Amino acid sequence: MTRQEIRQAIIDILADIAPDEDTANLKDDVSLRDQLGLDSMDFLDIVMELRKRYNVEVPSSDYPQLATMTSCLDYLSPKMA
Amino acid sequence: MPVHYDVLIIGAGMSGLGAGIRLAHYGRKVCILDRHYLWGGLNSFYRLKGYRFDVGLHAMTNFVPRGTRNAPLTKLLRQLRIDYDELDLRPQQMSATWFPGKRLRFTNDFAFFESEVAEQFPAQADAFRRLVKHVMEYDALNLATPEFSAREVVSGFLSDPLLIEMLFCPLFFYGSAVENDMDFGQFVIMFKSIYCEGLARPTEGVRRVLRVLMEKYKGLGGELRMKSGVRRLEVAGSKVTEVVLDSGERLTADTVFSSAGYPETLGLLSDYVPGSEGPTQGQLSFMESIDVLTKEPRELGYEFTIQFFSTTEKFHYQKPEELVDVRSGVICCPNNFCYDRPLDDNLMRVTSLANHGRWAALPPEEYHESKVRWHGLVLDEVVKIVPDFRPFVKFTDIFTPKTVRKFTGHVNGAVYGSPVKFKTGRTRLDNLFLCGTDQGMLGIVGALLSGISMANMHVLQQA
Repeated sequence: MTRQEIRQAIIDILADIAPDEDTANLKDDVSLRDQLGLDSMDFLDIVMELRKRYNVEVPSSDYPQLATMTSCLDYLSPKMA
Repeated sequence: MPVHYDVLIIGAGMSGLGAGIRLAHYGRKVCILDRHYLWGGLNSFYRLKGYRFDVGLHAMTNFVPRGTRNAPLTKLLRQLRIDYDELDLRPQQMSATWFPGKRLRFTNDFAFFESEVAEQFPAQADAFRRLVKHVMEYDALNLATPEFSAREVVSGFLSDPLLIEMLFCPLFFYGSAVENDMDFGQFVIMFKSIYCEGLARPTEGVRRVLRVLMEKYKGLGGELRMKSGVRRLEVAGSKVTEVVLDSGERLTADTVFSSAGYPETLGLLSDYVPGSEGPTQGQLSFMESIDVLTKEPRELGYEFTIQFFSTTEKFHYQKPEELVDVRSGVICCPNNFCYDRPLDDNLMRVTSLANHGRWAALPPEEYHESKVRWHGLVLDEVVKIVPDFRPFVKFTDIFTPKTVRKFTGHVNGAVYGSPVKFKTGRTRLDNLFLCGTDQGMLGIVGALLSGISMANMHVLQQA
């Protein structure tokens, strides 16, 4: 997947998890937690949706890599290439 | 070979459905077992003489507007992928706590409640604000915090015993398994859920909530087997190896969740030693009446949604000596929420503390007569607080602790289960976990979050 495709995949997951938040206008370098009001249960869901949809494993020690859209893309691009 | 599941869940109540939806969403082969023919557990529904009644649910607590961040309702909708509008939640009009000479009103606007406290108890206004600040800053979701007395904490802030009793009264009635006190963490959760957030009800009542959950669960491929009571859990070593149904059928599962309650679940274990459950048998049960009226309550001048009351200044939240304690109770008017259209029926529900042992010991020929007599005695007190609706009653149904025992399976008909809770859900067996009432999260929102968090912690995060 291209970086742009991965970005859309993440946005689709976020829109399913937090449908009442504005996922269309995310700022790539602001924390997702703050922008979307995500908590630890939501981050668990991001990880599990990545596994379910794309067979990508994110060990819990790597959760901090999912802090912003940019860090997500940097971390996931090699795994989802 | 017995049929094998990833997870078997005992009980199709809110927590079992919450856990089931999470597990099915993430591809687990899951089956919910329930002894009865209707799902919902503590929060169920029935039809009688053409009327549709709810049991359990007076109102859903934790009501917040769509999209409110960090609120339990938002968390559970996100976790279950349910849209806010699907539950059709209609906010309350106004509720109150009534004690001799005082009525403390509350709405879904916390600022209103704060001003009400300041007006009714001016000398306590500053202390109350400090208590609220403490409640807001307290981390009640930390499962590792030991339990301690909410009364002691609250008494450290407030000095007026009447205000203390009045603050506790709704919280006790809506979720304390402990007599006359509760864990402070539980106090914080319930204070926020009732006073800071608020009350709401779907127009169709609990049926709506259960239908949304059931459609979700089945749409994800979750299995449900009603009329399938669990007779025994076979234990070998540190695991449950087989689940034996009342029919004799045997099922196996990697993991078993039980919402049956702690002492009730231990009692199912094949190596159960009587007494090993310790002091976990709850004592608090209720009698509840539903009166159908020929007039809308608001035509009688009644606008309150729910009133919690005690006719004595000291509130006695404990098992009564007699069949029923008429000195206190909860009066719920399902008509008095903000609906788009009026409900089909005009209803007044009253809940009173009751003694399971006394009800269970009644000879069958006295049971019905006792229900009618005690209902009359309860209403004699209730009409001191609400307009006298007795001339307009066209039908009454009453249930007692015996009914609660029958439909929930809880020892002593204890609505809120064991006075000791098991927040991590763990048992002495490696693959058996509690969810629901005795895991410790109460109310509809709490029970759903209980199932969700146990599924996350013990299955999904382990993968």
